[in-house]
Amino acid sequence: MAEKLVCRSLNAWFNHGQTHALKDVNLGVGAKLVTAIIGPSGCGKSTLVRCLNRMHEEVPGTTITGEVLLDNENIYAPGLDPVRVRRRIGMVFQKPTPFPTMSIVENVAAGLRLNSANLSRAERDEVVERSLQQAALWEEVKDRLNAPGISLSGGQQQRLCVARALAVEPEVLLMDEPCSALDPISTARIEELLLELKESYTIVIVTHNMQQAARTSDFTAFMYNGNLVEFGDTKQVFTNPSRPETEDYITGRFG
Amino acid sequence: MIRALFGASDFRRKLKSDIMISLTALATLIALVPLFLVLGYLLTKGVASLNLNFFTQIPKPVGEQGGGMANAIVGTFELVGMACAIGVPVGIGAGLYVAEHPAHATARAIRFAADIMLGVPSIVVGIFAYAIVVRPMHGFSALAGSFALAIIMIPLVTRTTEEMIKLVPGELREAALALGAPRWRTSLSVVMRTAMTGIATGVILAIARIAGETAPLLFTAFGNQYWSTSVTQPIASLTVQVYTFAISPFADWQRQAWAGALVLTCIVLTLEIGVRWVTRGAARVPR
Repeated sequence: MAEKLVCRSLNAWFNHGQTHALKDVNLGVGAKLVTAIIGPSGCGKSTLVRCLNRMHEEVPGTTITGEVLLDNENIYAPGLDPVRVRRRIGMVFQKPTPFPTMSIVENVAAGLRLNSANLSRAERDEVVERSLQQAALWEEVKDRLNAPGISLSGGQQQRLCVARALAVEPEVLLMDEPCSALDPISTARIEELLLELKESYTIVIVTHNMQQAARTSDFTAFMYNGNLVEFGDTKQVFTNPSRPETEDYITGRFG
Repeated sequence: MIRALFGASDFRRKLKSDIMISLTALATLIALVPLFLVLGYLLTKGVASLNLNFFTQIPKPVGEQGGGMANAIVGTFELVGMACAIGVPVGIGAGLYVAEHPAHATARAIRFAADIMLGVPSIVVGIFAYAIVVRPMHGFSALAGSFALAIIMIPLVTRTTEEMIKLVPGELREAALALGAPRWRTSLSVVMRTAMTGIATGVILAIARIAGETAPLLFTAFGNQYWSTSVTQPIASLTVQVYTFAISPFADWQRQAWAGALVLTCIVLTLEIGVRWVTRGAARVPR
């Protein structure tokens, strides 16, 4: 397996060192595969993905040690601007977050505009259409591209956020519980989308929903209490886990 | 037994409720009566003295009938316009800084200073402008008046900008940062833009507030019976003109003071209604 992202001895803290949220995590994320991170609330799943594109440090009072290698380059190398990292590693959040002042087109093109990319109108429209098609939203919105982004339904808004993240052509897409605010039909759309997107992108998805992890991912990481307890092939983790905590969790005995 | 208890408590509760409703309704009435009296009095007295000359002519010398407050109307717009040119950028900039660095010592100092400034009597601001601008320039001027008004405006704009920016969900900021947007672009293009309707509302309310100020203009802009738009010369304003004419012993001037008060009230009212219209639109189509 070619590894796109590698965590080495990754530790993360909150509250000025008082809360140790990630404890010595070592993990390799395979290129063009879907890696799911599961675990009970507060186990550090979100913190882990947020460390993968340097969003963790946006919260005041946080610290990080260790390395995260993207194609063998440390994204925490001294002097490296997090902005450069985030352009290569996109993220979709739990709650759909279209920019409320922007239309559908403007939302999709927001990443390019915020990065001061100088695109002609035709180039921009091309990027917008491609991204919306990749996010399986084009057919639903192509006749009202100038409507406000927040006029869409929740599921459409989340796909709009996927399109927005894809428009800047990242190599890795991080998804932090992207379906937890969505109904089952919208969830199914996003899951379908994941399978299409992994043709071209490396995907890491955090989920509370174990069926979702089993359905969509190639590899699964089980986290508990800030530790990476088990990591392996999804089928194996779910059918024949090597650690008793994993088995307890996936069989519903706790969490 | 139980039914009887229910009946008794029901009656007393309803009685209490009715008494409280009557009391609050009465309080509302008492609060509204002066408002309508002021508006009504202003209208009856002011409309009678309003004519075209009022908007096109400058004051006539004592003893002559007629004349108007054209210079004061223009002066008020000039003073408020210049005050905005100073106060709006400073206020919004300070508000953005405070909102983006809430825990920073500087931000805390600015917030504290703004709160104090909001409570400073406007006459004190006038004295300050007198010492800082009028004295060094050796004379009253439109610039000094605008400076005083800007000082009143800055804390108002700073605090509303801060409050409006704090209302922008943190997720939007994170979403922009996760797209690889630099921090300054995130602040300006996403956070500020989302808060813009609220900030604009705060600015308009601040304008309405300073347009009605008299005290800080008395010894800064001073007032002027003649045409002047020069920033280095004393300039007329509606408020000071109304004050001067109202305390004069001449009936014609007193009539004009009523007209001036009415025009000023209409300007402020238009701004306030404008705010309602802007925010109503924002609630309907959130863009």
